[in-house]
Amino acid sequence: MSAFAIRVRGYSGRNILVSARHQPLAAIGVVIAVTWIVVAIFAPLIAPYGPLAQNFTASQAPTLHHPFGTDELGRDVFSRVIYGSRVSIPIALVLVACAAMIGGLIGAISGYFRGVTDGVLMRSADLVFAFPPIILAMVVAAVLGRGLTNAALAIVIVAWPSYARVVRGLVLSVGESEYVQSARLLGAPARVALFRDVLPNVAGSVLVLMTLDLATAILLLSGLSFLGLGAQPPQAEWGSMVADGTQYFQWWWMGTFPGLAIFTVVLAFNFIGDSLRDIFDPRTAWRTQDEQ
Amino acid sequence: MLRRLAAFVLLALGITVVVFALTEIVPSNAAATALGEQAAGDPAAVAAFNEHYGLDKPLPVRYLIYLDHLLHGDLGQSSVTHNAVSHDLGQFIPATAELAIFSIIIASFVGVAFGVYSALRRNRPSDHALRVTSLAGISMPTFWIALIALYVGFYRLGWFPGAERLDPGTVPPPTVTGFYTIDSLLAGNWGLFTQSVHHLLLPALVLAAFNVSLLTRYTRSAVLEVIGNDYVRAARAKGLPERIVVVRYILRAALPSVVTVLGLVFANVLTGAVLIEKIFSWPGIGQYAYTAAVNLDVPAIAGVSLFVAAVYITINLIVDILYGIIDPRIRIT
Repeated sequence: MSAFAIRVRGYSGRNILVSARHQPLAAIGVVIAVTWIVVAIFAPLIAPYGPLAQNFTASQAPTLHHPFGTDELGRDVFSRVIYGSRVSIPIALVLVACAAMIGGLIGAISGYFRGVTDGVLMRSADLVFAFPPIILAMVVAAVLGRGLTNAALAIVIVAWPSYARVVRGLVLSVGESEYVQSARLLGAPARVALFRDVLPNVAGSVLVLMTLDLATAILLLSGLSFLGLGAQPPQAEWGSMVADGTQYFQWWWMGTFPGLAIFTVVLAFNFIGDSLRDIFDPRTAWRTQDEQ
Repeated sequence: MLRRLAAFVLLALGITVVVFALTEIVPSNAAATALGEQAAGDPAAVAAFNEHYGLDKPLPVRYLIYLDHLLHGDLGQSSVTHNAVSHDLGQFIPATAELAIFSIIIASFVGVAFGVYSALRRNRPSDHALRVTSLAGISMPTFWIALIALYVGFYRLGWFPGAERLDPGTVPPPTVTGFYTIDSLLAGNWGLFTQSVHHLLLPALVLAAFNVSLLTRYTRSAVLEVIGNDYVRAARAKGLPERIVVVRYILRAALPSVVTVLGLVFANVLTGAVLIEKIFSWPGIGQYAYTAAVNLDVPAIAGVSLFVAAVYITINLIVDILYGIIDPRIRIT
């Protein structure tokens, strides 16, 4: 395990860039993700109509004027899909950052201090793991009430334990390694060891987890909205748009396009996360031909 | 082994604490919701209700009363259906269980086959194609796949029935297991059996999509771990047919680590079920949980989460034990 830690340490930014060239999927993922983020930022400029404007003939099939058709209330599905990016993507980014910070901190404390602290913290993480995420998220959303914020909060509650586990494991193993031990012997305070020696080693694994979690978070968030526990009508959110589509599924465009939006964003993050994992754990990596 | 069991018991207790805390947190007038407006006006009925659930006692005592009720299978009363939650669960669980098991069987065969194939052809185009496919599989929202499957398979082609476990108006087979496929076979009703399989197929396939991808990926890494071993090379050098090398030597060694994801597979199926039961009008616990969550039916949602968590940790315990049996090098502590 310490060999792993030292190897990860050896990766500089340049090496990651070199690896990225051998990871076409990562490149595709980055392009799609950046495109969506740009779309989210400039949504009002890109979308031809407002997300809530009910100005058109209801439930038209896709045409040149309405490339994704219109929904049962005469809203432009294309514009709603564009505006939908302003809901899922930023919320997912924020909630994954929160989960990583909370979980990472708990894991670091747990691994560094060990003993009773470790026991208590890790048992509570186990407890969260004992519930399948969707059930836990449903419970939280039901208790706190329906709405996007509560759905996001529910996902943070579901997501932090995996960071706590990963960070704790790495802190434990890195803490055992010789260079941290020697830093301790040299009299470096705990704080310094934790931030200077341990943190850089943990960063790679946490980065992989965060990218993959972005994908999971968007799926879960849209799932909760699909069930009616997240975004509330008339807000343009992809999951609830698919839910509308299931009500009128003979008008296939209503649900297909927002679902496609979820799919592409999640796929982008999965491409990036999976490629990052290959970089950090090359044992079972997929490689391009020229690398072999 | 003993430590593992002790941890299991602790975890189970922890789950009851969480679920109990949930029922305590939710601001609701339990007596009024459970008894209905009329009875809530009757002080005697309210007192009896409070007495039964110990609502007039301090918190720790209430928890003990709750545990005692649990041991007797009393999960409280649903405020939506006005039935005992345990009775409701008994009604809804078989539908979901049948769907889940069907889907896991499909996913296991396809996923393991894809994974082995991918590993054997490592870094060839077909391996890369399977990688992209499996990433796509875990990126598609299950409810969206369901929508498209229903549009194409039911609305456009008419190959599959669109909803429910049986055709409208069909009398279900006499209940033995609650699984319509098994019950109809037990009743010797072949037509009913094919009908229930026909209804199961589309939702089960939709649910399997995510797990096929997951199992492909896990099997691929597990096979890659063992494929380079000397004994595999020796088996090949002996001139054994490739089929036997793959099945007896590679799969035999790789499967134990694939088994460890069974817990995850279950969680995925359940997540999917919650999302698609609504679309397929499948009368399972997903629908029940959803209705409960929307209507703030606390006893029902507590009952569902308790049941699901219990099954989940039990599966993980069984997986751990199985892993120890299949792979003697792992000793469970």
